[in-house]
Amino acid sequence: MTTTAATAVDADELRGRVSALLAEYDPATVDRLTFLRARFDAGLAWVHYPRGLGGLDAPRALQSVVDAALEAAGAPDNDPRRIGIGLGMAAPTLLRFGTERQRRRFLRPLWTGEEVWCQLFSEPGAGSDLASLGTRAVRDGDAWVVTGQKVWTSSAHTARWAILLARTDPEVPKHQGLTYFVCDMHAPGVEVRPLRQITGEAEFNEVFLNEVRVPDEHRLGEVGDGWRVARTTLMNERVAIGGQALPREGGMIGIVAELWRGRPELRTPALHDRLLRLWVDAEVARLTGERLRQQLATGAPGPEGSGMKLAFARLAQEISGLEVEMLGEEGLRYDDWTLRRPQTVDFTGRGPGYRYLRAKGNSIEGGTSEILRNIIAERVLGLPAEPRTDKDVAWKDLPR
Amino acid sequence: MTPARTVVPRTDQDLLYSEVEQDLRSSVHDLLADRCPPAAVLARCEDRTPHDLALWRALSRDLGVAGLLVPPAHGGHGATAREAAVVLEELGASVAPVPFLTSAVVATTALLGCSGAADEIARLASGAATAVLTVPLSTAPGSAFPQGVRADAAGVLTGRVTSVGDAGCADLLVVPATGPRGPGLYAVHAGARGLGADLPVSLDLTRPLVDIHFDRVAARPLAGPGAAEPALATALLTGAGLLASEQLGIAQWCLDTTVRHLGERSQFGRPVGSFQALKHRLADRWLEVVSARAAARSAADALASGSTDAPVAVAVAQAYCAPVAVRAAEECLQLHGGIGMTWEHPLHLFLKRAKADEVAFGTPGRHRAALAGLVGLPA
Repeated sequence: MTTTAATAVDADELRGRVSALLAEYDPATVDRLTFLRARFDAGLAWVHYPRGLGGLDAPRALQSVVDAALEAAGAPDNDPRRIGIGLGMAAPTLLRFGTERQRRRFLRPLWTGEEVWCQLFSEPGAGSDLASLGTRAVRDGDAWVVTGQKVWTSSAHTARWAILLARTDPEVPKHQGLTYFVCDMHAPGVEVRPLRQITGEAEFNEVFLNEVRVPDEHRLGEVGDGWRVARTTLMNERVAIGGQALPREGGMIGIVAELWRGRPELRTPALHDRLLRLWVDAEVARLTGERLRQQLATGAPGPEGSGMKLAFARLAQEISGLEVEMLGEEGLRYDDWTLRRPQTVDFTGRGPGYRYLRAKGNSIEGGTSEILRNIIAERVLGLPAEPRTDKDVAWKDLPR
Repeated sequence: MTPARTVVPRTDQDLLYSEVEQDLRSSVHDLLADRCPPAAVLARCEDRTPHDLALWRALSRDLGVAGLLVPPAHGGHGATAREAAVVLEELGASVAPVPFLTSAVVATTALLGCSGAADEIARLASGAATAVLTVPLSTAPGSAFPQGVRADAAGVLTGRVTSVGDAGCADLLVVPATGPRGPGLYAVHAGARGLGADLPVSLDLTRPLVDIHFDRVAARPLAGPGAAEPALATALLTGAGLLASEQLGIAQWCLDTTVRHLGERSQFGRPVGSFQALKHRLADRWLEVVSARAAARSAADALASGSTDAPVAVAVAQAYCAPVAVRAAEECLQLHGGIGMTWEHPLHLFLKRAKADEVAFGTPGRHRAALAGLVGLPA
């Protein structure tokens, strides 16, 4: 792909392109998928992506110009809550490490939502120590045969594709023997079982891989380089969880602020002080995210994204806890314990009890808050690493 | 969730530093690194001459920081609160004993709200004089007009104001006083007859307080009832909002100093900083400093643009940054172990400044209470 520096895209040009798209594909008459595909092909899906892959090589910050213009015109969106793992994790990894053929095959249906993605990383025996995972991939001609068990897999029941981290060499230390693949969730040997959570529903799954054949052309990056590829995914995941652009009082704090305004009988001085502290913290977290986005107007997320996710988890938990308490007697009730299989991941949906319980996962999923603090301390602040006994030992010789 | 009607959404704030702001920062930083190491500040405090007037001359005249907020027509540089905030970050990171916040920000802003103060403003902008707004350092934006000093019909002042920060080095006092026609602002020269000063012992050694007595002191009226109250309100709002940047500078110094110490100090055969219990505490402090930077930039940007949202941005920044600076200093002390309790190590200067700053221009609780009214979350 060739682009020239002279073609830098500005906000006016983007508005012009949006107008041209809307003129040719009127959202009022064209069906949703046709519109989304046309938007992708016009480079207006994610403007900071390369031309031909849904973008225009434009500054990332200009995406908001496109989104606002399309929203004002009543255009359909790609329902990001349904395809969050594809957008937030698979796509940036495909962009950075995928071959041209892989990018062309996967990115368009990923963005339009025609193909949902999930992430096969964590295992029952490999959580915070993800690099110790044991799912094996063994070379067999032009394919790999994968066997193992994955867990905490959101969207596995709706996914067509998965990003998969597997061990291709047990003879070397754990970080060196991993390889990153794209796995077909419809392939023989893939079994998805619901994993019921404390909310009652099964947003997560267990995924059993029993001699699943993954063609070598679905490998992402070099054999043995999977850890480096996975780090790109993980940094993007943390930004995706903690880094959404929100208006003031967006997200959880807005729900509680509206409850406070609408229900004077619930007010007490102690709750008032806690509400104001959390309102300040939420507003500052919003500003911090906004500042981070301004810093990374183009470019990839660094470890600072871990900080946003840490702040987001703490706030979600404290605010949702305050909401249940504020509601008093009503807080004793729960909407529904039925085992549901939701299609979307929604932290603020349903009732207060659900929000309180679902928020508990925010400090675990995508790297626990403890692991994120380690990352900040070592990679941002440069503090010395904890002494480690497993770094230079072949994976097969590690105790487990 | 739709935001409430009372909440103004903002999308156009610039929370970064411009190139000009970064250049200004490096000039101030280099000067302070050369002239204001923490050990020198400590030595000045021991000699009971905390204000470093030679340093202040270099800053105010040579670098021109005294005239940052003053329009060119009045002899200043026509910069904004954004640039002043960057200076305050550096001054906070050195606990520099100079009257930038009190004179070049607060008193200057008050004078800019008076129609008859062109001479005073020009002298402050050039660094030829230093001024102080005579209110207790703890006065929050939105406080009632002070009643401690009365003016008679001839503009002669009588009364008392306590705990005025940095007043000891001021040439000019800007005095809120109530006269027969209502609230006014008055100019008093530091050598005026009838003016008395007591020097209480201050918690913050680097921003000493003065209690001021007015016993029939001749004064020049600067602003009458219509202008005095808004001028005072703007000065206090600007002071509170930019104090957040000083607090950010303090917190950043404390974090950097703690990280350095934990990387160097060994116990149990390993650097103390490799213990996870301490790493996690520092990671939390780092996140607070990163967040305080966003809050402080937001307040400075809102003040600079004259946004109607400035009172919210300032209250958020003060409610957030004040405790962050205090925690950063307290953790700096704890994680230095016994060294942190010694007078010899300069970190106590930062702790004392941080704790005093938590009270200055309104406590975090006062700012949260103000927010309750501003964003429609009543008690």
